[in-house]
Amino acid sequence: MHEMSICEGIRGVIEDQVRAHEVTRVTRVRLELGRFAGVEKDALHFAFDVVMRGSVAEGAELVTIDLPGRALCYDCGVEVEIDHRLDPCPDCGGGKLLPQGGDEMRIKDLEVA
Amino acid sequence: MCTTCGCGDGEVKTGGHSHDHHHHHHHHDHGLHFGHGPAGVEVPGMSQERLIEIETDILSKNDRYAEANRALLAARGVLALNLVSSPGSGKTTLLCKTIEALGDVPVAVIEGDQQTENDADRIRATGVPAIQVNTGKGCHLDGHMVGHAMEHLPLEPASVLFIENVGNLVCPAAFDLGEACKVAILSVTEGEDKPLKYPDMFTAARLAILNKIDLAPHCDVDLDLYEANLRRVNPEIEILRVSARTGEGMADWTNWLRGALADLVRVEAAE
Repeated sequence: MHEMSICEGIRGVIEDQVRAHEVTRVTRVRLELGRFAGVEKDALHFAFDVVMRGSVAEGAELVTIDLPGRALCYDCGVEVEIDHRLDPCPDCGGGKLLPQGGDEMRIKDLEVA
Repeated sequence: MCTTCGCGDGEVKTGGHSHDHHHHHHHHDHGLHFGHGPAGVEVPGMSQERLIEIETDILSKNDRYAEANRALLAARGVLALNLVSSPGSGKTTLLCKTIEALGDVPVAVIEGDQQTENDADRIRATGVPAIQVNTGKGCHLDGHMVGHAMEHLPLEPASVLFIENVGNLVCPAAFDLGEACKVAILSVTEGEDKPLKYPDMFTAARLAILNKIDLAPHCDVDLDLYEANLRRVNPEIEILRVSARTGEGMADWTNWLRGALADLVRVEAAE
């Protein structure tokens, strides 16, 4: 539901960059999204197109790069990689895991003209 | 939308006051670095000269507002708590009873809702200052809104600032407001699997208050299962069982608050 706010954040960062680099058009935006970032990609793409209208990034392609979800298992004490927030520990099968990163939401780079 | 600080016209309504823009916001360039030259970055299909490497958090602007709020709160010695929950978990009733129970501890409240002044009116009726922030279509409070709301509150030394977020277990998890910690309120009528359905919020919270426990016998719920599910998504979470209506467990909650406030004042004194 907050994908619109996220896209407004992206637009803000882009506009700051555009001013600093004398860019006339942004053609591609690459994001790094952690598996636990809670971002719904379809909603994000939809919001991106809407929010970028009237900006230098209107019509830009949005590319997302997944970053792994890492969590500390409180049963075996090992930091493991999991795909879904409620997955059990792949090492010991334990169910108490605390995320250690994987909530990243970063703009990696912009392709500009 | 305001192009200087990004706030929408009329979206931040602070208790009937007009919304003055004090553009005190700083735009630091920390964390920014760019792909200069051939060794900077290589991406197939992209021309090196036309790529700007940013590596910037999407919510960095919000995080800057939140850090400014945190610095101001620390300087004043204010314990700020971000109260998050579903709509209808009993946050405002809990707050009113908490203010009563805290007695001489100074309290201020920021109330977040999409519309209406109802909650701020309820808080003001207890005699403490409250500011309503209406988010309009927004589903969460953000650092910028809270910064403006704080301008309208006294923020006394060794006081507690409760920030009652918009009732929503999804979006507020991602937006730092500058608080000391998030406190999640969960009422027993919501179902034991609520923490599993919305893990991000309960992972982000330091304390969970299981509210309306007086209703537990009437709705076939297993309070131990609530706690087990909370600890499954956040093994470090603290849990208190409370009924704001009957007062059961309220002493544990106010003791927790007094302890957190004493810790804060002690840290401030040491620095």
